[in-house]
Amino acid sequence: MFSGLLDAIFGGLSNGSVLLLAALGLAIVFGLMGVINMAHGELMMLGAYTTVVVQNALKGTPLFDFYIFPAILAAFLVTALFGLVLERGVVRFLYGRPLETLLATWGVSLILQQFVRSVSWQFVIGIGVFCAVFFGIQLLFSKTPLSDRILQNRLLSIGSLGLDALLSAAAVFVATQLTGVLGLQILLAIGVLVLLGYRGWKSLEQRNADWIGERLSRIAFIAAAALAWNISDYWGKVQTTWVRPWFGNQGQNVTAPTWLRGRWNIQIGDIQSGLPYRDAFIIVLSLAALTAVYLFLNKTDWGLRIRSVTQNRGMSACLGIPTERVDALTFALGSGLAGIAGCAVSLLGSVSANTGQTYIVDTFMVVVVGGVGKLVGSIVAALVLGVSNYIIGSGSLVTLFKPIAPISGFFEFFSTISMAKVLVFALIIVFLQIRPAGLFPQKGRTVDA
Amino acid sequence: MQTIVEKSPKTPPPNKSRSRLWVEAAIVAGLAIAVLVLLPGLLNLTGQSFRVGLLGRFMALAIAALGIDLIWGYTGILSLGHGLFFALGGYALAMYLQLQIPAGQLPEFITLYGGTELPLLWKPFYSLPFTIFAVMVIPALLAAVLGYLVFRNRIRGVYFSILTQAALIVFFNFFNGQQKLINGTNGLKTDTATLFGQVVSSAPVQGTFYFLTVVFLVAAYALCRWLTSGRFGKLLVAIRDDEPRVRFSGYNPTAFKVLVFAVSAALAGISGALYTVQSGIITPNAMDIGFSIEMVIWVAVGGRATLVGAILGALVVNFAKSLLSEQFSAVWQFFQGALFLLVVTALPDGIVGWLMTQGRDLLRSLFGRSQIMTYPSLETDPEVQYERETLGNRESDG
Amino acid sequence: MSGKLLEIENLTVSFDGFKALNNLNFSMDAGELRVVIGPNGAGKTTFLDVITGKVQPTVGNVRFKGRDLRKMPEFAIAQFGVGRKFQTPRVYLNLSVRDNMELAYNKQKGLWTTLWGKPKTGDKDAIAQLLVTVGLLSKANSPAALLSHGEKQRLEIGMLVAQSPDLLLVDEPVAGLTDEETEKVGDLLLALSAHHSILVIEHDMEFVRQIARKITVLHEGTVLCEGTMDEVQSDPRVIEVYLGHQEDDED
Repeated sequence: MFSGLLDAIFGGLSNGSVLLLAALGLAIVFGLMGVINMAHGELMMLGAYTTVVVQNALKGTPLFDFYIFPAILAAFLVTALFGLVLERGVVRFLYGRPLETLLATWGVSLILQQFVRSVSWQFVIGIGVFCAVFFGIQLLFSKTPLSDRILQNRLLSIGSLGLDALLSAAAVFVATQLTGVLGLQILLAIGVLVLLGYRGWKSLEQRNADWIGERLSRIAFIAAAALAWNISDYWGKVQTTWVRPWFGNQGQNVTAPTWLRGRWNIQIGDIQSGLPYRDAFIIVLSLAALTAVYLFLNKTDWGLRIRSVTQNRGMSACLGIPTERVDALTFALGSGLAGIAGCAVSLLGSVSANTGQTYIVDTFMVVVVGGVGKLVGSIVAALVLGVSNYIIGSGSLVTLFKPIAPISGFFEFFSTISMAKVLVFALIIVFLQIRPAGLFPQKGRTVDA
Repeated sequence: MQTIVEKSPKTPPPNKSRSRLWVEAAIVAGLAIAVLVLLPGLLNLTGQSFRVGLLGRFMALAIAALGIDLIWGYTGILSLGHGLFFALGGYALAMYLQLQIPAGQLPEFITLYGGTELPLLWKPFYSLPFTIFAVMVIPALLAAVLGYLVFRNRIRGVYFSILTQAALIVFFNFFNGQQKLINGTNGLKTDTATLFGQVVSSAPVQGTFYFLTVVFLVAAYALCRWLTSGRFGKLLVAIRDDEPRVRFSGYNPTAFKVLVFAVSAALAGISGALYTVQSGIITPNAMDIGFSIEMVIWVAVGGRATLVGAILGALVVNFAKSLLSEQFSAVWQFFQGALFLLVVTALPDGIVGWLMTQGRDLLRSLFGRSQIMTYPSLETDPEVQYERETLGNRESDG
Repeated sequence: MSGKLLEIENLTVSFDGFKALNNLNFSMDAGELRVVIGPNGAGKTTFLDVITGKVQPTVGNVRFKGRDLRKMPEFAIAQFGVGRKFQTPRVYLNLSVRDNMELAYNKQKGLWTTLWGKPKTGDKDAIAQLLVTVGLLSKANSPAALLSHGEKQRLEIGMLVAQSPDLLLVDEPVAGLTDEETEKVGDLLLALSAHHSILVIEHDMEFVRQIARKITVLHEGTVLCEGTMDEVQSDPRVIEVYLGHQEDDED
C-alpha cells in the first residue's frame, strides 16, 4: 500500500515538474505584461519538433548519445527567437488589451500548428522568397527620406494591405463559388478591381508619404506573393520530393538516449518503488531551469529591470528603464522556457502538431492558482496540480482508501487521467472561493483599482 | 443596414423612436421572409440546394454569436467556453431524438456497451416539453452557477477567460470518458432518428428546422435588442467601461454579469440544439477548444457590440470556412489564424464598424460627395489620432 | 452620539503589517461640509476606501446613520446613502453624458427593476436640471469619452449628486484643473452643501480656504487635529508635519 503511495508521489513529482517547466515561462510573461500567450503550447510544440530535428541530425554521429543537450539549447534558441518575433510583430501593439492578445496569440497558434503539418522544402522556398522580396523592397525604401513617417505607420499599412488583399480575394472567390456562370465571375472580379482602383485613384489627390508607403507595401506584397508562388511551384515540379511535408500529420518519435532508459530502484524496508531515469532527468531539468531563472531575475541587471517593470511599469519607465526592451526580452525568455519544456515533453511521447494543446489548459490553471508576480506561487501551484492530477488519475487514492468503500468508490470514479481533471477543476473553483487572487497574491491597495 | 437606423446620434423624441422601432421590425421581418422564401428558391434554382442546409446551420450558429456578443461585445466578458453550452443544448435534443424508438427498446449504443436499462439521466428526455426546457435552462443554470462562483470573487478579464476554457476541457473529458452514458467520443447521431413518424434527415423535417432556426434567430435578435437598448444595456456597457465604478454607483455588477452570462449560455444551448439536428450528429468535439474561440472571432469579424455584426460575422466566417475547406483544407487553418491576427490589429470594430466609418467614407467618395467635417473633427485629424494611439499605448501599459 | 451621521471608532487598517490607518476616531454631523487634509501617505484615500467598503478595517467600527458598515458590500453601502467621487474622474466613457447621469440617478438598482424599468418624465426633467447645474446640458448626447478633463470632473460630481446620497465623499475634486475651473467646482460644492453632507479630501490649500468650515488633519493614519481653517493653520503640530520633515511615502 505504501509502495503505491511512493510510486504516486514520484509519478506526481515528474508530472508536476513538466507542468512547472511549461508554466514557468507563461507565468513570467503574465506577471510582467498581463498577457496570456495562447500560443505558449505551440511554442512547446516547436521546441519538441526542434528536438526531433536535432536528434535526426545527430543520428549516427558519436554525439548521438548526448543529443539531448544540444537539443535543449537549440529548442531554447529557436523558440526564444520566435517569441521575440511574436512580441515585436504582434503582441506589443496590443498591450493593455489582454483579451485581444488572447485572440491574436490564438491565431498565431493556429498558424503554427498548420505550419508544422504542411512545412516542406517547397513551402520553405516559397516563404523565403516572399520574405526576401517583401522585406527587401521595404528595406530599400526605408533608406529614403520618406521612411520615418512610413515606419511609424507600418503596422497600419500592413494591416490595411492585408485587409484589401483578403477582401478582394474573398470577393472574387465568392463570385466564382456562388455563381458558376463564367461571365458573371469576370464581371464581379472586374467590379472589385475597379472599386479598389478607383479608391486608389481618389486618394491620389491626398498623396503623401503614408499613401506611397501603403501602395509600395501593397505592390511589394503582390510581387512577393506572385514570385514566391511561381518559384516554389517551379521547384515543386523539378524536385518532386520537395513537395512532401517534412513532418506531416503523423507523430514524430523521440527516442530517449540509452542512458535515460531504465529505472532507479528504491527499497526502504519492504517498501519498493522506482523512478524512471527519464522522469528523474525531467525533474533535474526543471530544477535547473528554475535555478537559472531565479539567478537571472535576482542577480543580473536585466533581471532587476524585469522585476521592477513587473512591480511598477510607469515608475520604471520614468527611471529610464527601457520597458519596451524589457518586454521583448521577457517574452523571448518565456518563449525559450516553453521550448525547453517542449524538449522535455518530447521524451514522454510522440510529438505532433497537437502536442501543445494537451498542456495549455493545465499551465493556465497553474497561473490562476499560483497568482501573479511571484515565482514561488507558480512553483507550488505546478507541483500541487501535477501531483494531485497524477494521484487522483492513477487511482492511488483508490488503493489507499480501499478499507473505506464509499471514499474509494468516489475516487474510483475519477481514476482516469481525464476524469482526474474534472475533480481537480472542481477543487480549483472551490479554492478560488477562499483565495480568489491565487496562492500568493500581490497585496496593497493598488490591487483592485 | 438596420444599425444605421439604430445608431442615431441624438436620442429622438419618444414617438419618433417608436416609429424607428417599427421600421426596424419591418426590416427584420422582411429579411426573415426573404431568408425563408426567396433564398432557398434562388439557391435551388442555381443548383446549389445543399447551401440551404448550410445556411440553416450557420443561422443556428449565429444565435450563439448573438450570445457571445452580449457578454463580450457589450459587457466585456470574454468566454472561451461557450462550446460547452452549445454541446449541452445539442446533447439534450439528441437524447430526446435517440429515445424516439419503440417502447421498451434502448438506444443502440447502450445495448452495444452491454447496458440493459436506461440510465436515470435519460429518463426525463422522453418528454418533449422537458427537452425544450432543458436545451435552454440546463446551459443557463450551469453558466449561472459557474458565473456566480467566479464573478462574486471579482475574478475577471483573462482569468475568467481561461477558467471558462478549463471548464470546457473538463466537460470535454467528461463526455469523452462516459461511453456507457452518452456514447463517449462517438457522440449521438440524430439524422437516422424519427420524429413524428418522419426521418430527421428527410427534407420536410429539415425544412421545418430551417424555419424554426429563422424564427429562433429573429427571437434571439429581438431579445438581445431589448436587453441592450434599455437601461440594462447601458449598465452592461458601464460594467465593461468601469466595473468598480458601477459598484460605487449602487449596482451589484455580479448579479448583472451572472444574468447576462446565463442568457448567453441559453442562446448557445438553443444554437447547439438547432445545429445538431441540421448536421445530424453531436459529439464531444463541439467542446473542442478551437470551436469556442471561433465563436468569438465570428463576433469580432462582424463587429462587436452590434447585433447585426454578430449575425453577419457568423454567416460570413462560416461560409468562408466551408468554401475554403472544400477547396484546400490546409489553407483554412492558415486563413483562420490570419483572420484572428488581422481582425484584432487592423479591424477592431469588425465589418459593421468598418462600414459605419471607412465604408461610409468610401461610398461618399465613390459618389463624389465630400465628407462633411463635424464637431469632433479631432477624430479625423491623423496627427491627433497618431498621438492618441501612441500615448494610449503607453498609458495602458501599466 | 445618535445625532452623528458618520462615526468611526478606533479604526485600524493594516496592509501586511503596514498601518495605513492607525486607531483613527472621526465623526461628522448631518449637513456638515468637512474637509480632510493631510500630507502624502497620511491615509486619506484609505480612509475613504474603508467608508465605501472597498477596504475592510482590521480593527474598529464604521457606523453610518447608526448602522455598521463593516458587513456590507460596496454596492449596498452605496445604496444605503454613501456616494463617492474618485480622484481621477471615472465616468463611463462609451455612454453618453445623459446615460451616465441616468444610471446614477436611477433609484431602483436591482436586477429586475433595471431590466423592466423605464425612466419617468419627471426623472428626465430632473436629470436635465442636474445637467444644467454642472453645465453639461449642451453635451448631453455626446459620449463621455469626448469630454475634457474638467468636464469629466463636473460630470462625475453631477452623477454623485444624481445618486442623491446622504453623504458625498469627494476625493481631490480639483486635481489637475485650472484656477478658473477650480473656483467653479468650489462654488458647485458650496451650493451642494446647502442640502447635502459632504466630506472633501483635498491638497490644494487655496481651494480648501475657499470652501472649508471645519477641517480635519490626518497624519500617519490618525487624526492630528480638528478645527477651523485658522485654528488648524496656527496649530504647531500641523506646521511641523507640513514643513518640519520630509514625507516620502507613497500616496
